[in-house]
Amino acid sequence: MNDNRTRSRWWLYAVLTVGLVAVVGPFVWMLLGSFKGEGELRRVPPTWWPETATLDNYTPLFSKLSFPRFFLNSVLVAAVVTLGNLVFCSMLGYALAKLEFRGKKAVFALVMGTLMVPGMVTFVPLFVLVANLGLVASYPGLILPFLVAPFGVFLMRQFILDLPDDLLDAGRVDGASELRIFRQIILPLCGPALATLGILTFLGSWNNFLWPLVVAQSEDHYTLPVALALYSTGQNNHQYGLLLAGATVIVVPVLVVFLAFQRRFIEGIASTGIK
Amino acid sequence: MTPAPGASPSPSRGRSSGRSRQGRAAWVLALPFCLLFTVFTAWPVLSSLYMSFTDIKQRDLHSPFSVNPVGFANYAKVLADPTFRQAAFNTAYFVVVGVPLTLAVALLAALALDKGITRFRGLFRVGYYMPVVTSIVAVAVVWRFILQPDSGVLNTMLGWVGIQGPDWLGSTTWAMPSLIVMATWRNFGTAMVIFLAGLQSVPALLHEAAAIDGAGPWQRFRHITLPMLRPTILFVSVTTGIGYLQFFEEPFVMTDGGPLNSTMSMSMYTYKQFGFGNYGFASAMSYVMFVVIVALTALQFRALRSNT
Repeated sequence: MNDNRTRSRWWLYAVLTVGLVAVVGPFVWMLLGSFKGEGELRRVPPTWWPETATLDNYTPLFSKLSFPRFFLNSVLVAAVVTLGNLVFCSMLGYALAKLEFRGKKAVFALVMGTLMVPGMVTFVPLFVLVANLGLVASYPGLILPFLVAPFGVFLMRQFILDLPDDLLDAGRVDGASELRIFRQIILPLCGPALATLGILTFLGSWNNFLWPLVVAQSEDHYTLPVALALYSTGQNNHQYGLLLAGATVIVVPVLVVFLAFQRRFIEGIASTGIK
Repeated sequence: MTPAPGASPSPSRGRSSGRSRQGRAAWVLALPFCLLFTVFTAWPVLSSLYMSFTDIKQRDLHSPFSVNPVGFANYAKVLADPTFRQAAFNTAYFVVVGVPLTLAVALLAALALDKGITRFRGLFRVGYYMPVVTSIVAVAVVWRFILQPDSGVLNTMLGWVGIQGPDWLGSTTWAMPSLIVMATWRNFGTAMVIFLAGLQSVPALLHEAAAIDGAGPWQRFRHITLPMLRPTILFVSVTTGIGYLQFFEEPFVMTDGGPLNSTMSMSMYTYKQFGFGNYGFASAMSYVMFVVIVALTALQFRALRSNT
């Protein structure tokens, strides 16, 4: 009996490990491939470990293409979008959780009602709007449509609902205004929720692809995924090493952040159930 | 939820003034979100509905008065369009195969990590979740390599066991299954993490009692775990379903909808029509998709709720 169990446990580990190789393998292969020469990448059968490691794939990203610029664009857009969501969503989340005001139910229903609307429904009119505002190929055009999102309100409201009301009453007794209570009592307690929202929003913006592809329209405003997508379908689409190096530049920063904060990530997903 | 402001011990503040003060503060807090949300989300949703009943095209962007109402003409055109029908079929294919596959892989992984093993749990969890956080564009670059017909890693490995692999993305038969497997690979981590959280809430006591009564692992899974997990399964299948119904990025970066429209999805076709400048037609299509999403979500709720 006991022998049987140990054996089946070993089988389980073996199956899980094969799964792990299938899931993580492509990333390892990407990273190793980005250091291989063009000739080695085309060889049949493909090699696993680079025979002669080279940085030749990375140098053109910086010298010929403006990857540092794209990188900064990605960081700038993601940072502003994240900041906006943290500030505005926690403000509304607090109002919905702890304050009484006219129109509260309507605001809540409106915000939650749009959670199920497919992105394509807003896509066309959003582009028309941004074009009419003259914001195509500009940072505001990239940022404004994502500055607030219903998901953030949902997350912050759920978290603030669980904070004890006594804290607010204590502040009110001391004569603090509602805004001050929010800033000095509520926000400092929202650390975990803000961290989850911040990480998820930054990630979403970093990987966002369709909107920047349509709106950026000039190299000056390309984000990393837009640049890589255009290069991989344009005239460079056979420079495999270059593409793998570009993919590595996009993926590695995210993986580093993910591995550093993986507990927060995974618990955040599990608690909210929404990516 | 909130104590009436009148309950505040401060005698100088009356019930009504406290309430209106709170109302004002609440609106100050709500205003920035509501403004941005109205302009960039609520307005586009309504505007899209309006556009779907007009003949608006890209060239009308700067001359809004040349736009004419056309009633249901766009919707009639959408439903009669053979490419849209193909896209609807492809989307259904993707959802009907992809959602159960993703859920099954996620549930098996979650069960194995929850009960089956004792060590390296964190390692497997992090590893399986990894594709969720990475950019689809980067992933596509890597997968196009792996799936290459002659020098690709997959066909090389199949060659070791004597199988001649097809041109995965270039074949009308294999392109869609390839994208489904890729979507499963990319998304099952999210579902797995939610299942893991759900499994934590199944009391160990129930399993022990059933084991004493002689129930085997399969019986315990079938009669304890599965029923307790039903709300989680419902939630995951709804959110995965909504996501998969809109599937866009995989064909966009991998196949451009081809070969011969065999991976053209509804979102992808909407985007193409947007690219051609047919804004009214594209809006009508996006609303058809919206209706399908709402209907299927309602259907899933009924199906998974009722047959307990």
